[in-house]
Amino acid sequence: MTGVAVTGVGMHPFGRFDGVSTTDMGVAAVRAALREAGVGKGGFQAAFCGTAYGGVATGHKVLSRLGMTGMPIVDVEAGCASGSAALMLAAAAIRAGQYDTVVVFGTEKMPKGIIRSSFFEPWQEEAGLASTPAFFGLRAQRLCQTSGITKDHLARVVVKNRRHGAANPDAMYQKETTVEEVLASRVVCEPLHLFMMCSPNEGAAALVLRRTDLVTSPSSPAPVTLAAAVLRSHIPGSVLSESTPLSGLVHDDAPAPTTLSATAAYEEAGLGPADLHVVECQDTDAARELGSCEELGLCEPGGSAALLSSGATHLGGRLPVNPSGGLLSKGEPLGASALGQVVELVRQLRGECGPRQVEGARVALSHTVGRGANAGVVILTR
Amino acid sequence: MRVMVREGLFTDPDPDTDPAPALLGSRCTNCGNVLFPRVDACTYCATEDPEPVDLSGPGTLWAWTAVTAPPPGYRGEVPFGVGVVELPEGVRVIGRLTESDPAALATGQPMELRIVTLHRDDDGNDVVTYAFGPPSASAPS
Ligand SMILES: [Zn+2]
Repeated sequence: MTGVAVTGVGMHPFGRFDGVSTTDMGVAAVRAALREAGVGKGGFQAAFCGTAYGGVATGHKVLSRLGMTGMPIVDVEAGCASGSAALMLAAAAIRAGQYDTVVVFGTEKMPKGIIRSSFFEPWQEEAGLASTPAFFGLRAQRLCQTSGITKDHLARVVVKNRRHGAANPDAMYQKETTVEEVLASRVVCEPLHLFMMCSPNEGAAALVLRRTDLVTSPSSPAPVTLAAAVLRSHIPGSVLSESTPLSGLVHDDAPAPTTLSATAAYEEAGLGPADLHVVECQDTDAARELGSCEELGLCEPGGSAALLSSGATHLGGRLPVNPSGGLLSKGEPLGASALGQVVELVRQLRGECGPRQVEGARVALSHTVGRGANAGVVILTR
Repeated sequence: MRVMVREGLFTDPDPDTDPAPALLGSRCTNCGNVLFPRVDACTYCATEDPEPVDLSGPGTLWAWTAVTAPPPGYRGEVPFGVGVVELPEGVRVIGRLTESDPAALATGQPMELRIVTLHRDDDGNDVVTYAFGPPSASAPS
């Protein structure tokens, strides 16, 4: 089967940018990725754009501004995993021989203030049951109970990621914090404090994918191989699943969507968790990172607190998790967040990350999960 | 006047005549799993036409938190509790809690189904929904 290489990446930093539109940010990211890949007008045959709040034909508006249209442009929405979904479609089309070169990007300006999600029924909103932080809090409380996690562990996840993020010029927060500062921030939904939750924000990320056998070697920068790009939805059963049902079973036998996605991605790549050198995972809240580590098989079920305490997931540790600073430092622009992780990992595999570089990284995994449920797992190698 | 936040989710009996409210659920005739709210087809095995079942509790508390800022579309007071209660029919249900202080609750404690007022709407009606709370014997009389 045809392999898929990432030959160019580009980012618009994540943050809040008044006066900069969703299109503006997408243009910046796509232009940077095309330049890196040495691809111009007519050099790609399809484009996939991840966005949740961008509105009608977001991808078309970006490519129109660049003067590059005529090919199929497909907007993809899959909540937090919108970028993973776009990447999965693009990679599959190249593998199937449909296209040689494809542009994949995500761009987003999250609404300010309390974000209304069309996912919930009006009565759920009226009853107060459309509170995303409440679901995060309930999941965090269960994970604390089943995995022996304390508020101190949760604060240490934030301190770790903010330390990493301090070295990332594309992050929203580039300032370190302390356990004391995290625990002094107000409680949003027990056990989660404000600093333990990521900020919805704005940003864009883009990739150029190309059939491996068409990549001219030696090329600069070195191509990275897309070994797997998998998207899965949920199997019902868990009342606290990201599918956000109102009821569930009294046992927890249904595998999490993240586990379904990771299992398929490991199989597709012919690799396992022990082969990974660096991970970017969903850390919409501090407990989510620990739960993600367990669901991705980075440790045994219940072992995430010990994994964190061992230092393994810190920069310099055995398996750094979220060297970019994660969503806790970068913020979360839904349609761009998954591809932002992939851009970071491509740069890690190329050795371009300076003070936050994971030395010698050759195998990387990105993970996003959110409403739907949608869970995306991407594995990259060099 | 009292109006339900949505018809078909729960019963709102007159406390003087019929004291126990119930959630309106479904039980699959194939796999036996219980679902809330009512469904046309089983979420677990896709079998059509599950049988209606009333879920009245009491249950036990499985997870809880409190919402401290008004979520989108919500017009009532904050803080308020949200939690998951395990009902004896073999189902976990998400709902509001009558207790908004997380420190006052404990895993496994008994929880009864209640119908509570959310807010008064523009027509002067009290909008009610289902909630779970500690048994009324321990509540202030
Ligand atoms: Zn069934």
